[in-house]
Amino acid sequence: MRFIARRLGFYVITAWIAITINFFIPRLMPGNPAELVFNRVRHSMSPTALKAFSVAFGVDSHQGLIPQYFSYLNQLLHGNLGISITFFPATVSSVIRTALPWTLALVGVATILSFVLGTLLGIVAATRRGTWVDALLPVTSFLSAVPYFWLGLLALTVFAVELGWFPLSGGYAPSVNVGFTWPFISSAIDHAVLPALTIVVSSIAGWLLGMRNVMISTLGEDYVLLADAKGLPRRRVTFSYAARNALLPNMAGFALSLGFIVSGAILTEVVFSYPGMGYVLFEAVTNEDFPLMQGIFLMITILVLLANLFADVIYVALDPRTREAG
Amino acid sequence: MNAELLLEVSGLSVDYGSGPGAVHAVDRVDLAFRRGEVLGLAGESGSGKSTLAHAMTRLLRPPAVVTGGSVRYHQRGPASAAGDRVVDILAMSEAQLRRFRWEQVAVVFQSAMNALNPVIDVRSQLVDAMRAHEPRMSRADRNARAAELLDLVGVSTDRLRSYPHQLSGGMRQRVMIAMALALNPDLVIMDEPTTALDVVTQRQILEKLEELRVEFGFATVFITHDLSLLLDIADSIAIMYAGRIVETGPAKRVHAEPAHPYSRGLINSFPPLTGARRELTGIPGFPPDLRALPPGCPFAPRCGQVMAICREQYPPLVPAGDPGEPGHLAACWLNTPQGAPATEGSLR
Amino acid sequence: MAVLDASAVEPSAASPSPFKATRPRGWVRNALRSAKVRVGLGIVVFFILLGIIGPNFVGNPSVTGPQAFAHPSAHHLLGTTDTGQDVLAQLVDGTNVSLIVGFVSSVIATLIAIAIGLSSAFLGGLWDEVFSTITNAFLVIPALPLVIVLAGYLHGAGTLAVAVVIAATAWPWTARILRAQTLSLRRRDYVRAARVVGESATRIIWFEIVPNEIPLIAAQFLITVIYAILIQAGLAFLGVGSVTTWSWGTMLYWAQNASALASGAWWWFVPPGLCLALLGTGLALMNFGVDEIANPRLSAVAKPSRRRGRFRRSAAGVPTS
Repeated sequence: MRFIARRLGFYVITAWIAITINFFIPRLMPGNPAELVFNRVRHSMSPTALKAFSVAFGVDSHQGLIPQYFSYLNQLLHGNLGISITFFPATVSSVIRTALPWTLALVGVATILSFVLGTLLGIVAATRRGTWVDALLPVTSFLSAVPYFWLGLLALTVFAVELGWFPLSGGYAPSVNVGFTWPFISSAIDHAVLPALTIVVSSIAGWLLGMRNVMISTLGEDYVLLADAKGLPRRRVTFSYAARNALLPNMAGFALSLGFIVSGAILTEVVFSYPGMGYVLFEAVTNEDFPLMQGIFLMITILVLLANLFADVIYVALDPRTREAG
Repeated sequence: MNAELLLEVSGLSVDYGSGPGAVHAVDRVDLAFRRGEVLGLAGESGSGKSTLAHAMTRLLRPPAVVTGGSVRYHQRGPASAAGDRVVDILAMSEAQLRRFRWEQVAVVFQSAMNALNPVIDVRSQLVDAMRAHEPRMSRADRNARAAELLDLVGVSTDRLRSYPHQLSGGMRQRVMIAMALALNPDLVIMDEPTTALDVVTQRQILEKLEELRVEFGFATVFITHDLSLLLDIADSIAIMYAGRIVETGPAKRVHAEPAHPYSRGLINSFPPLTGARRELTGIPGFPPDLRALPPGCPFAPRCGQVMAICREQYPPLVPAGDPGEPGHLAACWLNTPQGAPATEGSLR
Repeated sequence: MAVLDASAVEPSAASPSPFKATRPRGWVRNALRSAKVRVGLGIVVFFILLGIIGPNFVGNPSVTGPQAFAHPSAHHLLGTTDTGQDVLAQLVDGTNVSLIVGFVSSVIATLIAIAIGLSSAFLGGLWDEVFSTITNAFLVIPALPLVIVLAGYLHGAGTLAVAVVIAATAWPWTARILRAQTLSLRRRDYVRAARVVGESATRIIWFEIVPNEIPLIAAQFLITVIYAILIQAGLAFLGVGSVTTWSWGTMLYWAQNASALASGAWWWFVPPGLCLALLGTGLALMNFGVDEIANPRLSAVAKPSRRRGRFRRSAAGVPTS
């Protein structure tokens, strides 16, 4: 349990670092970009909106740096992320709230699928070493050098444009109403297949190779040899003895590569015009919508931290050695 | 010592790798194990003793490969002598091997920390061999047996729920022994089981082992580099050098009158705790390169009594001493009349 | 005894890989001996040359023309864009940006990583805690959103600015690995011996430890270059930074904008992606090769599954005696 507590502490510190970055960067950037934007929008924004902007970006503020910092923290703690310039007059939080479920569904499912498939295939690759499976390795290496979004572009061209199997863009067909109805859900799934496929194909190589390498070294361990010596069935040796242990470093790696996957997911959403947070971030950048940009950055960071925490909990469940005190 | 034959190793050879760079880790080894006996297998690092033990139970990992020989196991029939048969372990099918393992022959490794699965608790590790080999055993029976086993080796039964990292070194080793005895094997191979432990724990474990051996009557192969240990616990001793057996015989005999210069050197390397002080002698030189063994006796470069023939021809295992005791063999030209070859045909 | 075992060790970030203590010059020669490295190096050199000399051989990438969405032909080897611009010219011109951003970012990031990683390992104590926490925090914070936010404030940022921004997120991985390796080397006998003899800390760092980490630094550098190139492409694709400077990512941005996909103008968006993948693969191959010589166990492949119950005579034939 102390392990989890320590990790939680670390995540809190990381979140704080992210918030602090959000605070300092606009103030440190040359050319005072925040001020430029502020001047551009001040006429169309309400006083509350302007105040929020001022607190977040330090424009038109009469306070010193430290009081500004605490005002900002205070504002955040109240859930106030400001007003979006792009989607004016909607608040940043409401924009994020709309986009969030789409991203969670897409990225969540795709990542888990990729991890599970990659791990299983990695086990296979490790146990069938020295056979044709080895030839897959350079292929997967090549795949991992391919940019996510380009893969998405290709998939879109081949499957949506040429073959017409899947829709070209969006999260759901415009003719369908949002709701928990079957037409909506099936349309949503239909629109999510290609983006999900893109994410899975680009990230699976990492899990596969990772699991394979760790499995190979685990298979050489003494306890696996002993399991064999006991005459245990092959399946039990491979899974309960070898894979169960090989999984641990990979779980640790899972947490680390989440950031990478998120980056790829953002780009994929843009390619498919999928209405998730990545796409919204794209629109924010195009419109120099600083409040929205910052808000999404924070939200994504927090989600990644939560996912990390989740992975840590699973790790503790898998490895009894972490359950000791300290 | 006329106990029944349990295991016969004939001409066993193991190589690491293949081609000109192959390392000949074990070279045409002949050994016999008898029921209920303790055979000590001694030798320095790299002598091939662990490889031999692994080869006997087909636990070798690539690039090690058996290049010749047989390992014949004398299996007792369930009811009468009519069911007895001899099987070559090296020729068994996968399925046969899986059944054979642990039921007849069990293994205890050196480092229990590495040999126990870190993510599974003690009870499961004791029980999974039972699940695999005796499917008709009920869950309650299995758990009862697991508790019984821990009791036998002197570990408290509330350790059933513990994980390996929560146990001390001595306890882990005991758990390993308990695991080995789960299916009442006829032979237990122990590969340096006490090397990683402190002397006090070592003594406790050895005593416990002796108790168990007397109670259950299993044969033991005790592999170690510590010859002094064997002199206490073994019935017979086999000494390996450069992948070959250079001397074998009853423990007391080998200790009192070693017939091979290497054995002599080993025994003299251990300072006795009691008795007159004497100068410590080691064995000069280094172990040979197993890829390119010179013709003749591999010990020749380091031997204080080397003769011309030693460098030319490999000495066969012949009865040692004068008069020799039956069963005491040594591979040394000094044991043949005038150091001349016994017969032409024994040249290899 | 030469006990050969086939278990390979994965060069994970959590545990430092067992690098041999080789002198710097030796490993380069060793690396070049590997076919992977040669092929990879060939690919990279090709792109470098393409970037340097290429633009002299192609037309002006920004000039618009009458033929929009033209298929590849003798006149336009890779066809044209929606405004009649020559795709090949854009491709060749864009090579430089990827290369420059890739290498500059990586150099900056690697330098930061060396500074933080090494000091963290050497100073120990509170400094180590602080540096490690910062490193880990930057590892966890998702890179692209951070880079987007950073670059977003630099409206119309130039190539070098983008490189610096990318470097700000690329250093933690290398820093962590270097710290782990340095910690492990610190405990090695030859470093302890140097300490006992009385060598000063600076000498130890520069003459004992760093030389042995050079292969590791080189491998990490290559990885960072791949990362930087991909992130830059992603940034350009999103339209962050200057959209008028030609780069492969920018080409994809314009292609996406002009619905090249819907129009089936594959010649516009396939080549840039392909170049990215190729360059990435070339660097990855070089990296594999460098990793291999520094960590020899990775290249040992087990013999095909051993055949049970059958014997093979050693190829030497007659058993030696």
